[in-house]
Amino acid sequence: MKTFKLGGVHPEENKLSAGKKIEVMELPKQAVFPLSQHIGAPAVPCVAKGDIVKVGTKIADAGGFVSAPIHSSVSGKVLKIDTAIDASGYRKPAIIIDVIDDEWEPTIDRSEDIVRETTLEPKEIVARIQECGIVGMGGACFPCHVKLSPRTPVDVVIINAVECEPYLTADHSLMLEKPEQILIGVQLIMKAVNVKKAYIAIENNKPDAISLMKEKAAAFPGIEVCPLKVKYPQGGEKQLIDAVVNRQVPNPPALPADVGAIVQNVGTAYAIYEAVMKNKPLFERVVTVTGKSVKNPSNLLTRMGIPMSQLIERAGGVPEDTGKIIGGGPMMGKALLNAEVPVCKGSSGILLMTEKEAGRGEEAPCIRCSKCVTACPMGLEPYLLSKQSEYAMWDEAEANQIMTCIECGSCQFTCPSNRPLLDWIRQGKGTVGGIIRARAAKK
Amino acid sequence: MNVILVAVIVLGLLGLILAALLFLIAKKFAVEEDPRIAQVADVLPQANCGGCGFPGCQGFAEACVKASAQGSIEGKSCPVGGKAVMDKVSEILGLAAVEAEPKVAVVRCQGSCAHRPRTSEYVGVKNCHVANATSGGETGCFFGCLGLGECAASCSFGALHMNPETGLPEVDEEKCTACGRCVKACPRHIIELRPMGKKGRRMSVLCVNKEKGAVTRKACDIGCIGCGKCQKVCEFDAIILENNLAYIDPAKCRLCRKCEEACPQHSIVAMNFPPRKPKPEAPAQPAAAAPAAQPAEAPKVAKVETPTPEPVPVKAASPVSEAMKEMPNPMSDQTQQETQK
Repeated sequence: MKTFKLGGVHPEENKLSAGKKIEVMELPKQAVFPLSQHIGAPAVPCVAKGDIVKVGTKIADAGGFVSAPIHSSVSGKVLKIDTAIDASGYRKPAIIIDVIDDEWEPTIDRSEDIVRETTLEPKEIVARIQECGIVGMGGACFPCHVKLSPRTPVDVVIINAVECEPYLTADHSLMLEKPEQILIGVQLIMKAVNVKKAYIAIENNKPDAISLMKEKAAAFPGIEVCPLKVKYPQGGEKQLIDAVVNRQVPNPPALPADVGAIVQNVGTAYAIYEAVMKNKPLFERVVTVTGKSVKNPSNLLTRMGIPMSQLIERAGGVPEDTGKIIGGGPMMGKALLNAEVPVCKGSSGILLMTEKEAGRGEEAPCIRCSKCVTACPMGLEPYLLSKQSEYAMWDEAEANQIMTCIECGSCQFTCPSNRPLLDWIRQGKGTVGGIIRARAAKK
Repeated sequence: MNVILVAVIVLGLLGLILAALLFLIAKKFAVEEDPRIAQVADVLPQANCGGCGFPGCQGFAEACVKASAQGSIEGKSCPVGGKAVMDKVSEILGLAAVEAEPKVAVVRCQGSCAHRPRTSEYVGVKNCHVANATSGGETGCFFGCLGLGECAASCSFGALHMNPETGLPEVDEEKCTACGRCVKACPRHIIELRPMGKKGRRMSVLCVNKEKGAVTRKACDIGCIGCGKCQKVCEFDAIILENNLAYIDPAKCRLCRKCEEACPQHSIVAMNFPPRKPKPEAPAQPAAAAPAAQPAEAPKVAKVETPTPEPVPVKAASPVSEAMKEMPNPMSDQTQQETQK
């Protein structure tokens, strides 16, 4: 069984909502669209207060090349362009829309028919993807059209259907229900970057998805399903390239495209299918709502901009013993300030951790056991980097490749002394990144 | 015997030759340094705090000597040594003494537990920078003090400490040298160096929240809502209103205290003023007037925190002393409640 070679950990899987049908969420009363839902420049609003919008109307333009437009997921009236708390834990500019009814833009094909053929040229496909505001749906939200315009020629596309985060099952359920649409989406990506070979990488804990995708992929030349060993972080971009095609991406600023590979999330492939074949911008996604005490862990097809509290309500409400609400999975997700945070393009899941799980163990001194070094999938020394961040030794941290860290959290997960390794490394990464950018700007 | 003699002679000669060589090399490669740099460095406090903006005392001494060639060391000042040291430096450099205004660190946040209710709990690393990068913080105000004490830890002079009751840092004005380390240590830029003012008297807006008024008011009952009332009453144009936040320009402020009275949120605080006589007809005496009572006994210690624990303003009639007596109990109760949560 293929896997990445360096480090990794085995967190408890807890896929409570696995195999559950995707349910469609009801509409919210009010939808909130933060302007920075993606990596890069924030979007610029192109509607004004009082404007009437339909489902699929563009409400914000891309703020640059590395940016993405935002489309309304509801039809109604723009209440105001104000600020709202988003998943970052801060108040950021957002467009707030009062929902009136559910009228869609007439250009969107709402039929259930699967469209298989397109006459669009590769450049047109990328342009359509850009127009529809598609970003990486795995959580990082990197604008998709940027990835599909590589600087160097690529020869392989890898579809990330690993879903190595514990608890999350959104991608799994999507594969079970929309396999053909996903495969057409993969074909579109292959056509866009002129590649003949694609792998769909799925972790071995989803045998039903593997067999279904294998069966359907037989009709698609060049697409191969690649089962992977269950190990975290198998779904990390660099880990995936290592596992599937045995190529190692050099340290930043090198990108996966530099070794001839493009990685896209399976949710992104589905969104690309909908954008290109159905002319539907990105305003809907599958979100897993889960947790050990949650009454009814579910996979919900939801419009964006809907407050997360509504999704939690649908899954049975907030349990009594909730200690933390996490946006995303337990390893890389982030605790939310409150449940009113809107669902965004990158919201893959909502995890309600019990108080017992959410508590941090008492921090003890480092005993130099080197478990973190063994666990690090990037071959770094987390104990050292965290100390260097703590003592503001930025030059040393940079020399020790702090920017290579993918923030997977394996080090902190494995630390027997409960040291907040990743907290410090993230802090250091942010500061060193700023120093590097300032240096580049000077030159 | 012969062997010893030869060894002594050879080594002796070798020593002489090398000594001569070293002497010549030292002459040839001697670095010319202005002797005044060492003299200036000697009178500096050698705290190497960097408060002057130069890398340590040596760097400051070099900069002063370099500037003296232009005939003035204006704009350079050692915040730790103050006027006494700068006078000595001027003397060494043969220049007229430069008047530097003494400054002091001011914590621009009054968001204690009583004023700023906690809405969430932060469980990560107890470090202001990490907390600031993680989320907006434990309260609805994303601009105010995080209360993790990075500034207090950075102070080399013991002039800053965290008040456990309010969770906010407090400046000991007697010890503060205005070196500016705390200003750099705070990720939210809450601490500002402000001119000390005559007898330590000065006016400040103790809030840095740039949110709209309604949002600020919801998060904190003592935050500046940018209503502009202070700007209207100010006769000296000293108040700048930007991004829903008022700022008092210390150069223009004439300490009339009208803005303090006008501020509906009690965000404007007068420091180190003698206590006011309570006016019976005055409409709602500002809560901020209460700390003014303090300096009568201890004039040098800045009380950043208004000791009014209730969110409602103190009634005009209630004597200041009574308000102070009542202070500790409700405050600690509140704090306990918060921690239990």
